[in-house]
Amino acid sequence: MEEKSLHPFRGTSAQAEQLQQVIATHRDRPGCLMPVLQEAQEIYGYLPIEVQTMVAQGLSLSLSEVYGVATFYSQFRLLPKGKYRISICLGTACYVKGAAKILQAVEDYLGIKAGECTPDGLFSIESCRCVGACGLAPVMTINDEVYGRLTPDQVPGILERYLGGQKEESAK
Amino acid sequence: MMTIEQLNQIRDAGKDLIAVRNAVAEQSAKLEQQTAYRKQVLVCGGTGCTSSGSHKVIAALEKALKKAGLSDVLLVKTGCFGLCALGPILIVYPEGAFYSQVTVQAVERIVKEHLVVGGQVVKELLYQQTVHPDGSILSLKETPFYKKQLRVALRNCGVIAPEKIEEYIAADGYQALARVLREMTPDQVIQTVTDSGLRGRGGGGFPTGKKWSFAKATPGDIKYVCCNADEGDPGAFMDRSILEGDPHCVIEAMAIAGYAIGAHQGYIYIRAEYPIAVQRLAIALKQAREAGLLGKDLFGSGFDFDIEIRLGAGAFVCGEETALMTSIEGHRGEPRPRPPFPAVKGLFGKPTVLNNVETYANIPQIILKGAQWFASMGTATSKGTKVFALGGKITNVGLVEIPMGTTLREIVEEIGGGIPGNKRFKAAQTGGPSGGCIPACHLDTPIDYDNLIALGSMMGSGGLIILDEDTCMVDIAKFYLEFTVDESCGKCTPCRIGTRRLLQFLEKITNGDGEPEDLDKIEELANHMQTSSLCALGQTAPNPVLSTMKYFKDEYIAHIVDKSCPAGVCKSLIRYSIDPALCKGCTKCARGCPVGAIHGQVRQPHTIDPKVCIKCGLCVQNCAFGAVYTS
Repeated sequence: MEEKSLHPFRGTSAQAEQLQQVIATHRDRPGCLMPVLQEAQEIYGYLPIEVQTMVAQGLSLSLSEVYGVATFYSQFRLLPKGKYRISICLGTACYVKGAAKILQAVEDYLGIKAGECTPDGLFSIESCRCVGACGLAPVMTINDEVYGRLTPDQVPGILERYLGGQKEESAK
Repeated sequence: MMTIEQLNQIRDAGKDLIAVRNAVAEQSAKLEQQTAYRKQVLVCGGTGCTSSGSHKVIAALEKALKKAGLSDVLLVKTGCFGLCALGPILIVYPEGAFYSQVTVQAVERIVKEHLVVGGQVVKELLYQQTVHPDGSILSLKETPFYKKQLRVALRNCGVIAPEKIEEYIAADGYQALARVLREMTPDQVIQTVTDSGLRGRGGGGFPTGKKWSFAKATPGDIKYVCCNADEGDPGAFMDRSILEGDPHCVIEAMAIAGYAIGAHQGYIYIRAEYPIAVQRLAIALKQAREAGLLGKDLFGSGFDFDIEIRLGAGAFVCGEETALMTSIEGHRGEPRPRPPFPAVKGLFGKPTVLNNVETYANIPQIILKGAQWFASMGTATSKGTKVFALGGKITNVGLVEIPMGTTLREIVEEIGGGIPGNKRFKAAQTGGPSGGCIPACHLDTPIDYDNLIALGSMMGSGGLIILDEDTCMVDIAKFYLEFTVDESCGKCTPCRIGTRRLLQFLEKITNGDGEPEDLDKIEELANHMQTSSLCALGQTAPNPVLSTMKYFKDEYIAHIVDKSCPAGVCKSLIRYSIDPALCKGCTKCARGCPVGAIHGQVRQPHTIDPKVCIKCGLCVQNCAFGAVYTS
């Protein structure tokens, strides 16, 4: 429960209303729990226990069942992610072409490990299994941007661009 | 509702446009004159090329064409051409000029110099293998990459615009569904599929016709047709490419399957990691419904059929059929024991047919061209073609479709263009985490289901990863075990604990702590997992270890007895040293070393202190003279 206090739930009533709408559209379709959780994560960015409780109540399921599904699939997140989500492909093609060194370079630069988020909430790193761009191996994605044919020495330059963009934003 | 007359009308209106893209150059030019367009520009909008920036190329092209006032040039956003490493790819017809790694700047030149009236092909921007030494250009189909390929499942990928149903119809789309509903009984359909010899392309290779006949024979008012698009094998992306390049063929095939077994509802379970495929599929479903090709009373036959998309959420085990159906039902995607098989008791407890994307992609052609045509391709037990995602240490990374029976050597050396950097071929990995590694001595084996299994690997969904001499086989086995440990759902003990114990053995060996008897223990454990795991994930998880132990036992021995890693990959076993004859004493390595492990005077050979060295490899990268070596 310690983790929870690090990331207090900040859901708004507008988000709650959106979620209720999603539940209402899906609730009569068979097997609707996964689509509902997927849309709930779109709304909140992750699935804290508060959101899971709302989904369970809305679909007349037990919280344990919702929690069971939310923790089974790797795309459901119980903790918030960074503003820039770095995802490094460790699929076979990328691995053979040195993806582990790319991951190491990112971890070294940010000082966090895969699965973690920087204290300022800016970057989070995750490794993933094959984004399907094997022709560009090794591949890293930051939000929706894809970086391919990477070498470890390119990593700092790429991350600095995001840091730079961040400074410009806060200056405005 | 769409009638056959309306369907034929749409087909005839567009068929010349499509024919231009499939014909050889001279014929193509003649056909082009029958269409409203002087030239057609095809740009790949698949995931590979989009990741290389093809969306920017398309936008630039639209702008440049408009600016130049070239309204007689048709821009077509297609699916994958197959040569993903060369993306973004752009092809101009009728010449068939193949431009590779196209940039926004290149687009301007291509428009100004080639696409204008009287323009000429910009040779230096072409994929150089398509430029003949005498200056003439080859079409893509004449390159070594394409020559040995035979495109059945991929026939429309990179040819039609997947977001336009008219183009699919112009390429004989939905004709098979019309024929089935108007002229064939369900039994005839199943007989045709059975006679074709088609086997499931997703892994196990079960005969498709047999599967359908079981589902039809099970009584029930409600039945389902499912499509497995949860392509989770790392390195495999053929199903994604089919859905991105030709989504309607899967929809048509599912409707045919529905008619054959008596189902009216289909589900496509697709990975959420494939956003472009999901989007194309959603567009295709909407268009099919609007055109009356999905929904009620198709072709006036009284047969109703519709399809829903369900997104996966990142669980490899959901590629297993019973787990996939449990997931569609909204639960944790855990497999259940079989029997009962899905054909008897499947989705929501009803009789269900589940095939993978590539299997479905073959169906419309089998109906239109006949079972004999399909059965004439391939080997005695494996008919038709197979799509492979070629990756790893190979020149032509991409998607290839070959007739069954083609040898691995043909794929690696001819289609794949060999190994880059003059490296030596070591092994081909097929079947992903369920498969194994095939060594050089078996390169001449014709590829089919049974031969691959005899070699200790399997067809799997069709990932084909080429490994060269720099790959450590123990490390690669460890890589796959890490994957299965991560992805084991935890329901059954042999898989949950077995995969972890196997991984521990491999970690022990790669750390230099291996003992000779570990190899026997691995074999015993693997044997238990194969016989007692609940689903294929656990049953096949030991394959990467067993096959590497079978063909590369010397590497295991080297790790265990000599405490060395011949490929120089396993960190604990390698030692970095500096060759005093090559070292110029420039001090660059010493300054770059993060732990200060390198000592030496300026202009004197340096040395590395192995006790301090963390084996990060930075010195190798930093040395301009190649003096740092591993042993």
